[in-house]
Amino acid sequence: MSEIVAVIGKIFLIVGLAFDLLGCIGLVRLPDVYNRLQASTKCVTLGTCFILFGTFLLSGFLWKSILAIVFIVMSSPTGAHAIAHAAHRSGIKLWEKSVVDKLKEDKK
Amino acid sequence: MKKLVLGIISFLCWMVLTWTLYLPSLLVGLVVSMFIALWFGDVFVERARNFFQIKRLAYLLYYIPLFTYYCLLANFDVAYRVLHPALPIEPGIVKVKTTLTNTTAKVALANSITLTPGTLSVEMTDDGYLYVHWIKVRTRDVEEATEMIIRKFEKVLKEIFE
Amino acid sequence: MMTDIPLIFSLPLIISCFLCLYRVFRGPTPADRIVAVDILGILVVGFCALFTIYTPRKFFMDIGIAWAVLGFIGALALAKYLEGKGFDE
Repeated sequence: MSEIVAVIGKIFLIVGLAFDLLGCIGLVRLPDVYNRLQASTKCVTLGTCFILFGTFLLSGFLWKSILAIVFIVMSSPTGAHAIAHAAHRSGIKLWEKSVVDKLKEDKK
Repeated sequence: MKKLVLGIISFLCWMVLTWTLYLPSLLVGLVVSMFIALWFGDVFVERARNFFQIKRLAYLLYYIPLFTYYCLLANFDVAYRVLHPALPIEPGIVKVKTTLTNTTAKVALANSITLTPGTLSVEMTDDGYLYVHWIKVRTRDVEEATEMIIRKFEKVLKEIFE
Repeated sequence: MMTDIPLIFSLPLIISCFLCLYRVFRGPTPADRIVAVDILGILVVGFCALFTIYTPRKFFMDIGIAWAVLGFIGALALAKYLEGKGFDE
């Protein structure tokens, strides 16, 4: 039984690490702040949650990691929203191939 | 009532963090969470009676797998867009309208938007409009965008928080 | 107990951290740098989780939770700074 749990935990760990890496590749490859924020926030949040869930399974049901998952899922999108809001307020342009910017149109 | 809810939540957090039944530790946690509840109970909790309604908790239990499913979908979407050599993106900021009025519900909706496929909440106005950065703009109309982005969460969140 | 998790598992996280650092150095606008620092903070929580597994010291999880809290507050403060309003609002 514990071996099955260990294998599942390792699978979660590997998938989480892969998502983290993908999120950071997105951080490097995508063209402007908002796209980078999207890719990195989504992938790194879920990847770290998977790593923490793998920790929960591999280290003998450590409930602290579930608390950490809840906290990260609640706090990380809020931080991303704050950064996106502040970037748009401070006048950082969208990528030049962007198709529409309703917020800028409405502010005028 | 409000203070009782916050006290229970913070004491549960303390129990999970320490993970022991050693009596002095429990007493310290009880005193600390009591002080927190007395000071911040009125700020943190809006409507305390909602915490004890079974229907809301059941909808919350239904919301968690729904949210996890869309979260996974979002990750595969990002993986596809990032690893594709031509970067198939077409970004833009669109406007959606929500009918939620409660502050907690709006925050939950904005967080859900940020973690689901291709969208990121940028700004929220007081009269219920949300500006959403979309990585692949499929429509510019407010109604259609509302239908595509937030309808699936709004129904459940309305049952939970309002 | 689970000492058979090899150190190689932390390699993707190290590469991710270097990609974030590249964005911190190269970022054309301040917002890019702030995003990269925020993401770096969440990656450190992942490191703490890995340390919890492959060392016998369980307290790394506590460090991870505290790091998540501090990183969140730091991101909010940096966003306020970017908005140009000062810290007193």
